[in-house]
Amino acid sequence: MGEGRVGRGFTRREFLVTSLGAGAGFALAGCGGSNSDLEKAGSGGRSYNGPKVKLAFWNGFTGGDGPFMERLVEEFSSKQKNIDVSMNTVDWAVYYQKVPAAVQSGKGPDLGIMHIDQLPTNAARGVILALDDVANALNLKESDFASVVWNAGVYSGKRYGIPLDIHPLGFYYNKGTMEKAGLNPDEPPQTKDDYMAALEQMKSKGIQGHWMSPLLFTGGLTFQALLYQFGGQLYNEDATKATFNSQAGVDALTWMVDVVKEGYSPKDVAQDDEFTAFQNGQNAFMWNGIWNILTLNEVKDLEWGAAPLPQIGTQKGAWANSHNFVIMNKRGQDPNKVAASKVFINWISERSAEWAKAGQVPARNSVRESQAFKSLKWQPKFAEELPYVQFTPPVPGIADVYTGSLDPAINEAVLLKKESETALDEAAGKADQLLKENKQKYQAA
Amino acid sequence: MATQGMEQPHVQRPRGKKPSRGRKPADAAPLTAYLFMAPYLVLFSIFILIPVVFGIWVSLHNWDPLIPVKPWVGLQNYLDLFTPGSTTFGPFWNSMEATGKFTLYSVPLLVVIPLLIALMLNQEFRGRNFFRATYFAPYVLGVAVVGILWRFLLSPNAGLVNYYLGALGLPDNTPWITDLPWAWISLVGVTVWWTLGFNAVIYLAGLQDIDPALYDAAKVDGANRWQRFLNVTLPGLRPVLLFVITVTILASANMFGQSYIITKGAPGEETTTAIWYIAEQGLRFFKMGPAAAMSYVLALALAVVSLANFALFRYRGD
Repeated sequence: MGEGRVGRGFTRREFLVTSLGAGAGFALAGCGGSNSDLEKAGSGGRSYNGPKVKLAFWNGFTGGDGPFMERLVEEFSSKQKNIDVSMNTVDWAVYYQKVPAAVQSGKGPDLGIMHIDQLPTNAARGVILALDDVANALNLKESDFASVVWNAGVYSGKRYGIPLDIHPLGFYYNKGTMEKAGLNPDEPPQTKDDYMAALEQMKSKGIQGHWMSPLLFTGGLTFQALLYQFGGQLYNEDATKATFNSQAGVDALTWMVDVVKEGYSPKDVAQDDEFTAFQNGQNAFMWNGIWNILTLNEVKDLEWGAAPLPQIGTQKGAWANSHNFVIMNKRGQDPNKVAASKVFINWISERSAEWAKAGQVPARNSVRESQAFKSLKWQPKFAEELPYVQFTPPVPGIADVYTGSLDPAINEAVLLKKESETALDEAAGKADQLLKENKQKYQAA
Repeated sequence: MATQGMEQPHVQRPRGKKPSRGRKPADAAPLTAYLFMAPYLVLFSIFILIPVVFGIWVSLHNWDPLIPVKPWVGLQNYLDLFTPGSTTFGPFWNSMEATGKFTLYSVPLLVVIPLLIALMLNQEFRGRNFFRATYFAPYVLGVAVVGILWRFLLSPNAGLVNYYLGALGLPDNTPWITDLPWAWISLVGVTVWWTLGFNAVIYLAGLQDIDPALYDAAKVDGANRWQRFLNVTLPGLRPVLLFVITVTILASANMFGQSYIITKGAPGEETTTAIWYIAEQGLRFFKMGPAAAMSYVLALALAVVSLANFALFRYRGD
């Protein structure tokens, strides 16, 4: 829920504040000191013996996940004599605009959370510090984490994030609606044949079983999952070319469009319609993020279940993102605060089973294999997807490319305004240009 | 205390502590005007003048505040805006077109409907204050509230609007926010509902400023209602009308929140407006050079429209 179901909106006032903040950033640009001293501060997070410090911890957990993190923060602060952490929550879209300006002016957070595809951008822009010594001191290694998430935290040879969780797209099914259509609510379809048969059966009973969103949440995420399932990738490995218009991409988008054309989904699904319809029983199948578990639990009289995404393509695949701890490269930062931040990160990371309750899959293997995690009802179902989730290449500015290219293409195709192949080819052309621009821009960084 | 403070200037002024340059003592203290303007001037300089000049400097670079190297590109950011095939050309002009369409559709409605409402609310009738408050009420809501509210109401498949239309036996599958021209109808409709109260209040103030004697004189001359409206009300409202039109055009040209929240720019990028695109490029993707260049092109376009508007009204008047 905190993940942006509400969209990436910001009000005019926030917009103003951000612009002013950015303005302040201008004035101070170029004043940043050497960050290598800061990066080495402390004992890499094992313990902290310095003077009393107060840490500002920012994140975008605006949904039901916020209180869980807040509780962890309070517990930490009460146990540590010399470290007091205060948490500040801002909408993610605003967060990624505010943090750079705030950090530059020396007034921002000491540490925070960032999505994995934002790490390279913020590393290149000097917003966050490398955390290799945390990994070394705590003896964290690839084998401690899901390898896909561990490797994606590295940018130009340095580690910038300590993974907290992975939040994949999964398959939610409405048991009541399935029963009404004569389907077995305890056997959610997991193969293409079963899935299509189920959709067809619901259609014959007048139920449109899979509402297909034309927007990023959840249509864009669905496309990425399908793209991986058909063996495709968004971009090539060094992110110089868009590859989402491959045959795999066309197959993925065509399947989505066909769901609409065949009448398994209504046309013109608007933002959050699929979610509303799922809650009131009109929609039976929904591909949505793990972060919705909390929200759905609170819906009265809704019988639902969750499973890994059904395999529509030639292999298994799922979209996912990951929350990572980062330490800010704050102007004029006190090394003691950096040292204390590392201790905090390590402490929370070890307790990420608690965090999993907020609707996440812990990134740490040991936590994922713990009884505490396994006893959660739905989260382990999503964890089954970990072997085949994929992220975008770790290249700065990568998250921006999607917005200007693929996002409108998926929109137009699912709204039946453009043929899938044409839409994807046009988008790929735009994406290539944007990738090239990004490369030039960040080469200078 | 207060009286003392009030009187002091009167006592001091005739003495002429600072003799002004060759002016009569009567209008001495030439600094007064400037001193009164100073507080605003300071704010204006810090928040408008300096950023405007600095923005031109930014627009001549590939500028990211956090990247130390800011390559000078001269007029390239502007040239790109006029070169088909560049990364900014397509989306920028597409967004300008969206802004233009929205302005074109919304301004006439926002000028005429509030005027009619103001005329109505200017009559004597029971419950007048209630209606005045009712029409103004939506204006106090923020764009986020208005946006989310209407996104739910207008949702093609799960919204109340289509539900009630269906209940009345009308088509219940109108894609209000996902297809054209419906998306524009919705955005314009929502904006009119949201902001008409503001213009209506301005009109109302203007109407109350018109000397009732003029209406009486017109009646004596035998003018009917329509003639009185044309020859007394409209000319009396001329300065107010100029203000309303100018402000409404600028407000419509700055439209961002409604489409950002209600239509999400869909279908495709059809309802992505200029301010949205500029803000996204500059503040989210930190491509401040091109974003600044686009801002100046937009500002220039708006300046031209505003000047034309002023010229039109002045011409008519003289």
